[in-house]
Amino acid sequence: MPKDTGIGASTKRREDVRFLTGRGVYTDDLSLFGQAHAVMVRSTVAHGRIVSIDTSAVESMPGVLAVFTGEDFKDVGGNPAGWLINSRDGTPMREPKRPVLAHGKVRHVGDAYAAVIAESYAQAKDAAQVLSDATEIEELPAIVDMKAAAADASNRVHDEIPDNICFDWGWIEDNRAAVDAAMKAAPHVVTLELTNNRLVPNAMEPRASIGEYFPGTGDYKLTTTSQNPHLTRLLICAFVMGIPENKLQVVAPDVGGGFGSKIYHYGEEALVLAAAKRLGRPVRWTAERTESFLSDAHGRDHVTKIELGCTKEGDILAIRTETYANVGAYLSNFSTATPTFLHGTLMAGPYKVPHVYVNVKTVFTNTAPVDAYRGAGRPEATYSIERVVDKMCRELGLDPFEVRRRNLLTPDQFPYTTPVGLVYDTGNYQATLDKAVDLADVAGFEARRAESAKRGKLRGMGLSTWIEACGIAPSHLVGVLGARVGLYDAATVRVNATGTISVMTGAHSHGQGHETVFPQIVAEKLGIPASSVEIVHGDTAKIPFGMGSYGSRSLAVAGSAMDRAIDKIIAKGKKIAAHMLEAAEGDITFADGKFSVAGTDKAKTFGEIAFSAYVPHNYPLETLEPGLEETAFYDPANFTYPAGAYICEVEVDEGTGKVDVVAFTCADDFGNVMNPMIVEGQVHGGVGQGIGQAVLESTSYDENGQLLTGSYMDYAMPRADDVPFYTVDHSCSTPCTHNPLGVKGCGEAGAIGSPPAVVNAVIDALQRGGHSHVTHIDMPVSPNRVWQAMNA
Amino acid sequence: MTKVTMTVNGKSVSAEAEGRTLLVNYLREGLGLTGTHVGCDTSQCGACVVHVDGKAVKSCTVFAMDVAGSEVRTIEGMANADGSLGVVQQAFQDHHGLQCGFCTPGMVMTTAALLANNPKPTEAEVRHELEGNICRCTGYHNIVKAVLAASGQDAGAMAAE
Ligand code: FES
Ligand code: FES
Repeated sequence: MPKDTGIGASTKRREDVRFLTGRGVYTDDLSLFGQAHAVMVRSTVAHGRIVSIDTSAVESMPGVLAVFTGEDFKDVGGNPAGWLINSRDGTPMREPKRPVLAHGKVRHVGDAYAAVIAESYAQAKDAAQVLSDATEIEELPAIVDMKAAAADASNRVHDEIPDNICFDWGWIEDNRAAVDAAMKAAPHVVTLELTNNRLVPNAMEPRASIGEYFPGTGDYKLTTTSQNPHLTRLLICAFVMGIPENKLQVVAPDVGGGFGSKIYHYGEEALVLAAAKRLGRPVRWTAERTESFLSDAHGRDHVTKIELGCTKEGDILAIRTETYANVGAYLSNFSTATPTFLHGTLMAGPYKVPHVYVNVKTVFTNTAPVDAYRGAGRPEATYSIERVVDKMCRELGLDPFEVRRRNLLTPDQFPYTTPVGLVYDTGNYQATLDKAVDLADVAGFEARRAESAKRGKLRGMGLSTWIEACGIAPSHLVGVLGARVGLYDAATVRVNATGTISVMTGAHSHGQGHETVFPQIVAEKLGIPASSVEIVHGDTAKIPFGMGSYGSRSLAVAGSAMDRAIDKIIAKGKKIAAHMLEAAEGDITFADGKFSVAGTDKAKTFGEIAFSAYVPHNYPLETLEPGLEETAFYDPANFTYPAGAYICEVEVDEGTGKVDVVAFTCADDFGNVMNPMIVEGQVHGGVGQGIGQAVLESTSYDENGQLLTGSYMDYAMPRADDVPFYTVDHSCSTPCTHNPLGVKGCGEAGAIGSPPAVVNAVIDALQRGGHSHVTHIDMPVSPNRVWQAMNA
Repeated sequence: MTKVTMTVNGKSVSAEAEGRTLLVNYLREGLGLTGTHVGCDTSQCGACVVHVDGKAVKSCTVFAMDVAGSEVRTIEGMANADGSLGVVQQAFQDHHGLQCGFCTPGMVMTTAALLANNPKPTEAEVRHELEGNICRCTGYHNIVKAVLAASGQDAGAMAAE
């Protein structure tokens, strides 16, 4: 019987009621007394020197209150990269300043160089247009193509960086010679060059920020679309504006999706704070979708050559990659970690491959900054590996299922130290593969293929066995790897005098359902109804210092902190109970919401203990503080390693090249599952985005650096009729060995595992359909590309 | 600025609007009905869908003045009289048809209009009808299930999970 409450129950989401009745409160829904409106003035050229900005052209326009340019921020700090990466030769990466507003030069279309504040949005917008026309920018040649950028020292995105290279990273450099030797000795080498297409994250809620300043106290408040309010506060205070951290409150209220793009601090957040201070009024800014396309951090954008050395029987002996990763015009907060430690460390996949070497060159270009987007580095690694393994099978005439079975790590090999620096704690990759084969009815594929053929369609099946590292991350490890922050999280569990509970968590929910799932855990552990537990998140004035939600970390890290804090509550409760029941503390047991003296019927309920803690009349005050509130910080001992097997079936129309994803099966190992309904929803969403990447989504800049796909008219978002129903299973569970809940994280899985399954299926369809010369098509596998490939 | 009057969720209301004021801004800023969202600037995403005289309309595409005197229904007017969730809303909760909730008001309004026209749609019809509503969170699986369930069909069987 499925449970209907507590851990493992598909409890319906309590947050849904406000969202379904229009009572959610997103940043743009707030209206503040005296508010003024900011509109950014953005570069229309990809690369140029700012000659003059004639602010007098707008200062007397109706409603205009203030104009800001890069001059106003030239003496404050810049928005930093969160990770410092060294090149192979030991030199530190190049980190150009990323100012609040562009100063001196503009470096991508959409780079904001000025802002107009006015009484109404319409007035600000009108003035921004006039200011744009009153600005002279000397256009410079745009640097768009990564390889050309790296080859041409005469044209520079940042004048001080001659070759446009941020760093040239080797992982692990000391292993390079051994990997080269293994590759040379391998009986067969498969080579594949591929592009991991640039994506625009496109959370449906555009970014928005409201700045407030309170002159009486000198306090600032920022309400913003953030996945991690404390991190945003830290970046603004310590790096950009120099505001004391205790003078800035950051609130991220209901947030309409993030997918990585709202991890980062953006210049608009600093701008509205500075403007609020100058005007003494709240200042608000909300992106139009076009601005989101131009200025949100994009994702992926790797060009990779991967080589795989193997035996003729398909045993993988060595993997070597060379990747060019586009970071765009400036470094965003995670942009140096994404192509390195979230990518190179995963390049062994779920396989027992002895030799792996990864080289990544990150390149500045005149395009929007690129940073972590759902999966962040791990989809790129998985795509490279799973595509080259598939190619190996075709070159050697081997069965892709059989080859996976030969190479997958086996359960007895854990904990397993990979050649790229990770220790996988646990897993059972055979089990998820078998489950996927079963659920996808692989045995029935031929019959389905014949049926498709009758309708004139080429049917193909693609497999991907994937692994990722999430639950980000052990602080000591990321410190060694160059992180400028720790990646623990925190929770405060406050038992109120009347027995209700408030949990203040550092995690942030922007669709994940924390307000429902976290109480399930508290309720189960304390034996009280989930309805008496309230989750508080997203406000630095209310919650302990936590790092927010990304990298599938909420439960594994912040949930573990909450679990630890609950343990402290129980431990204190036992002391109080021992006093009240006149028993030794060691004799007190806690179960089903009751503190009991072992072996007797003497007991106190959780509510009685809570009341006593706040009304301490019969209480050991000499040895114990009153109150019942505990905080725990949790720093994970390791990453977590979700893994799974995905099988995709496609139909390809030979006449048009159109690809239809007709079936998609996921068998995942997420460790323990707290709420299956929510976990399945996360997989659906990830797979939907993965199918989007594989089949539809393309971010194109022309040679002048103009974004050709800057709206939903041009950028093909997956829509309801582009995807099928998915079959999703998470029953093959090996609980994480090092966090208290045994959870691994599920948020990114779908986006990581699905793109190679789709492309492998397309290649399979074409090969079976007689187009045996087609061994690779870059994503998105658009009708044009597929048709061209078939007819080449 | 002119005073524009219409009926919203059964009540006669009026607020100031310019000629260029869109219905969505009239609702959000003029009336404080912020359940209707803005997700794009090209009339593609459907986050802003409301009903105007019974028809699903993208409120970012209509000037407030042009619908003066009309009957408008928004997400705030979709619950039952006793405040409980309406059939479509309840189906979305039951089938986890929303995550971040941003696309949700538009999805609910589009679904209600869809089912009014086609009370027992097929899966393919649902997917086709939802083409004008983008959701980035759910991969549509549970939205389509919710719509089928709201139509009284066995969504679990149709999704063949
Ligand atoms: S806001 Fe109306 S369709 Fe996007
Ligand atoms: S629920 Fe987030 S966009 Fe649909």
